Amino acid sequence: MHEFDLSSAVVATVRKHAAGRRVTHVTLRIGRLRQVVKDTLEFYLAIVGKDTECEGATLEIVDVPAVLRCTTCKNEWEIEIPAFICGTCGPGAVEVATGEEFMVESIEVEDEEDAACTAQR
Amino acid sequence: MHRTKVRVVEDAFDANNTIASANRSDFDRADVTVVNLMSAPGAGKTTLLERALDGLAEQGLRVGVLEGDVAGSFDADRLSVLHLPVVQLNTDNGFGGECHLDANMVRSALPSVPLDEIDLLLVENVGNLVCPAEFRIGEDSRIMVCSVTEGEDKPLKYPLMFRACELVIINKVDLLEYLDFDIDRLEANIAQVNPSATIMKVSAKTGEGVDAFRAWLQALPARAGAAA
Repeated sequence: MHEFDLSSAVVATVRKHAAGRRVTHVTLRIGRLRQVVKDTLEFYLAIVGKDTECEGATLEIVDVPAVLRCTTCKNEWEIEIPAFICGTCGPGAVEVATGEEFMVESIEVEDEEDAACTAQR
Repeated sequence: MHRTKVRVVEDAFDANNTIASANRSDFDRADVTVVNLMSAPGAGKTTLLERALDGLAEQGLRVGVLEGDVAGSFDADRLSVLHLPVVQLNTDNGFGGECHLDANMVRSALPSVPLDEIDLLLVENVGNLVCPAEFRIGEDSRIMVCSVTEGEDKPLKYPLMFRACELVIINKVDLLEYLDFDIDRLEANIAQVNPSATIMKVSAKTGEGVDAFRAWLQALPARAGAAA
């Protein structure tokens, strides 16, 4: 359900970096702890990006696993369920190593001259 | 056609976080501690505030409330009897409102909030267990209310929210005797997703446990000041 708002945040970030150039491809890095439904995100991105530089851009999502680190024993492990407890040291000593990312990694844009050529044709 | 790859590597929440920092600066300038209060719809945020905020001014803590709602001023109207500054912030933009408050919405309401006359600002977010957890508003502390009518598994279904909060208030405990609700399991599930969370059991209706929450609120400005 939060994918609509996430889409707005993505489109705003992408447009800032596109600086008026047409965007053809967007690569996102999304951590598993973000609880993002990819199909839904893609669906909303198309809606939010309509009539902007992002319209028609293809989307690639790089999954980042949820990895925890125990601050006491320094062990790292990947989780599949939301259990933020170290099996050895118990609760209270765990930090998220990866899995909270929600990043625009890169975009692909059409060069300005080329875009102008396309427009003339 | 020539295409160029542009490296971005930017958190998509950066734009929101920048505005949240601006809010933070305004709060700091006025020496106001800010709480972002979140929950599912109907968990009892407003009822809890009605109970907990009454009389705090007499005890030396001047409180203001920023009420976020999709539409209407029902909650602000309820709180108006407490004679403290309550500002209503509607997220409705004409065809259905936002399901959460973000930093910019809070910023737009700040001119109406008398920051110089309060010590603590409680921001009651829109009822929703997902989106509010993702948008910082410049707060010192994030807390949530869950209730015994919701289900013990909610922390496992909405870990993003339960992990975002330092205080989880379990409300409506007066109903426990009528429900097949396993409160120990709820507490265990909260501890599983957020081991460092403080848990309080209250009934905003009867007032049970509300004093602990009041004490927590009273201690917050000093704690937030020490953390800053």
